Amino acid sequence: MNELVFFINNVVIAGSVTGSIYAIGAVGVTLIFSIMRFAHFAHGDMMTFGAFMVLLLTTLFPQAGAAIGVPTPLIMLPLAIVLTAALAVGIDRAFYKPLRAHGVKPIVMVIGSLGVTLMLQGLIRLFAGTGGESLYVDDRKEIFRLALPIEGVRVPVVVTEPQLYLFVLTIVCVVGLHFFLSRSRLGKAMRAMSDNPALAQASGINTNTIVAVTWVIAGGLAAIAGTLLSLDVTFKPDLSFFLLLPIFAAAIVGGVGHPYGAIAGGFVVGFAETLAVFNWSVLLRPFRDSLPDWLAQAGNLAFVGTEYKIVVPFFILVAILVWRPTGIFKGKVI
Amino acid sequence: MSTTRTDTVAAPRRFPLREVILFVALLVAVLGVYGVMGAAYSTRMLVEAACYAILALGLTIQWGYAGQFNAGVMGFVALGGFCAMFFSVPVNEAFWGSELPGELGVVLAYIVGAVLLVVGASRLDRLGVPKRLRTLITVVLAVVLYLVVISAFRDVAGQIEDQAGFIGGLGLPAWVGWIIGGALAGGVGYFIGHVCLGLRSDYLAIATIGIAEIIKAFLKNSDWLTRGTATYSQLPWPVPGPAEVGFTLARALYFSVTAVMIAVIFFLLHRAYHAPWGRMIRAIRDNEISAAAMGKDINKRRLEIFVLGCILMGIGGAVLASFNSLFDPQGYLPLNHTFLVLVMVILGGPGNNLGTIFGALAVYVIWLMSEPLALFVMELVVNFGEGAFGWEAPASLDSRALQARVFVIGLLITLVLRFAPKGLLPEKVKHVD
Repeated sequence: MNELVFFINNVVIAGSVTGSIYAIGAVGVTLIFSIMRFAHFAHGDMMTFGAFMVLLLTTLFPQAGAAIGVPTPLIMLPLAIVLTAALAVGIDRAFYKPLRAHGVKPIVMVIGSLGVTLMLQGLIRLFAGTGGESLYVDDRKEIFRLALPIEGVRVPVVVTEPQLYLFVLTIVCVVGLHFFLSRSRLGKAMRAMSDNPALAQASGINTNTIVAVTWVIAGGLAAIAGTLLSLDVTFKPDLSFFLLLPIFAAAIVGGVGHPYGAIAGGFVVGFAETLAVFNWSVLLRPFRDSLPDWLAQAGNLAFVGTEYKIVVPFFILVAILVWRPTGIFKGKVI
Repeated sequence: MSTTRTDTVAAPRRFPLREVILFVALLVAVLGVYGVMGAAYSTRMLVEAACYAILALGLTIQWGYAGQFNAGVMGFVALGGFCAMFFSVPVNEAFWGSELPGELGVVLAYIVGAVLLVVGASRLDRLGVPKRLRTLITVVLAVVLYLVVISAFRDVAGQIEDQAGFIGGLGLPAWVGWIIGGALAGGVGYFIGHVCLGLRSDYLAIATIGIAEIIKAFLKNSDWLTRGTATYSQLPWPVPGPAEVGFTLARALYFSVTAVMIAVIFFLLHRAYHAPWGRMIRAIRDNEISAAAMGKDINKRRLEIFVLGCILMGIGGAVLASFNSLFDPQGYLPLNHTFLVLVMVILGGPGNNLGTIFGALAVYVIWLMSEPLALFVMELVVNFGEGAFGWEAPASLDSRALQARVFVIGLLITLVLRFAPKGLLPEKVKHVD
């Protein structure tokens, strides 16, 4: 049973954590893809920017959270969401809108977004330095150890405080997004525009508003994902390059332009990563006596070492592009 | 009826004023650097700029000729650099003298056998096995065989690291590594292109970014093959080294080698661009559907051009690594080896070889000079801050000042795309009246 708890700690919990972060990030990417038809490479840096805003505000007012009883970074999160959303809209006005007005190919927009990535990265590193910093400036990271009431189980299930907030916030985001897209007027207009931009415009939908709303949502979600990731580990200015591949893999696995698919894709990629670096020989240990010798002796049965984690989303990406380029949920844009 | 075709008639010659002005300005800038920084440093800058020009020519084929965006130049550069190291470094007797080569050979044979078995299993449906069962068998077999082979492989790799350090090189001349580096980069490019080129153009960018990071991670962590983070220095040169003829002359000799390479590549590309093949490539870029309607095999041509670009990148990376005399997998950065090349191409003029070479030289000179400039500006700001507000500057300021260059590169990309999408020396598109 100890091995099973170990499995829960290292795969189920860790996989849900990475999966939620990838899912929230991939939703933003896929929304931008469905409205503006280009792969937004600066998304990873918008996440970093959101986390950096939280870090900045938390260092300015480290005592704010103690008054209510929640960690300060979470109090600052709504503010960071607003700032990141404003940044996203501003970037669109300054850099993407002129390109769109010129009627360039989508791939030129992609290169433009790479330029934006570099600018954001340069700015963040200029102000934040290049080292990592914890978002818990004045608070303490609570760690919950849940001992299971079963005979012979010594290892507790370990969940940290930010992980609990992460699960709650992910569910809130997903449910909120669902109601926004399916019930509200703006959400329906967004879906209409992703289906057929010309027809949407002809039926009186203001496409400029829709584009702005898309950026607000994508920016806000990016801030949430970046902050939650930095809460779980630490804030690092160079996060974005390692986030890009899993997030795009998640969006493509779920079917590009398909928000629910992106959520599913995020969890697929997150769990695939943790399953691939998990050492399976741990689970074989209880059956050691009944196994053949060569299998019982195997010390490390992980698929890839942690240093090759980035291979997993790439492998998933290649596999899905080869077998089913539309993604598991049949995305609209190929 | 005349037999000459209209599109082969030479365009009316005009004096290439723009080209001359730009290249004269570049020459003045280079001479200025020579005057300020000394001959040895400036010649090094020229050689590195020449290596970057080879990379930029590779990217201009992909982006300028065919409209494919490769966001992972770094990976192909690193592959080329690895080959330059692996083939030119002296033979490691500690490895070849032991029983380890045999064991490594056995594991490699296992890998080949496992791949053959999996491929065989994926063809089982031809023997009448149902397709679902075939897929299941293939996947299960692949997973099991992978686990078995990879653990055997880890064993051998660990033993090599313990007993011999790393497997060393082959002790061949440097140019062998350059050629094989190009071939290897082309092979990886073929794989990526084969998967992505039939799909949306964005997917190629995503996949190339991924493969670049994977190649870097592999080279960084495979201590048995590359010494990983320990790096390997003293790669031999194909020309007499600084120890024999002095820094400036040795670097000048190396520069002449790279200059000849650029001239050959330029000539071949020029011929190809004006050949029917080049016309077909441009036709596919500008109007895919009508090119397909004319019976051109679009995906095959695209793959051809992507692989060609990757080969050039591999060669350029190999030449660069040999020149630096150092193979450091961690030194390959997306900024220095992907985005800098991208700026060179889009600033110089995508699709125009001369413009690309101009862009490579000019951007590299600016890039190298921006380092002291950034530090100088940062110092000014700090002095001003201390004088005016009593602001105490953080200690890591030097490294932060260099980050400002990241911002400038990004700004340059967006500005060029917005205001000069064709670059300083635009591609000359012939119009047939």
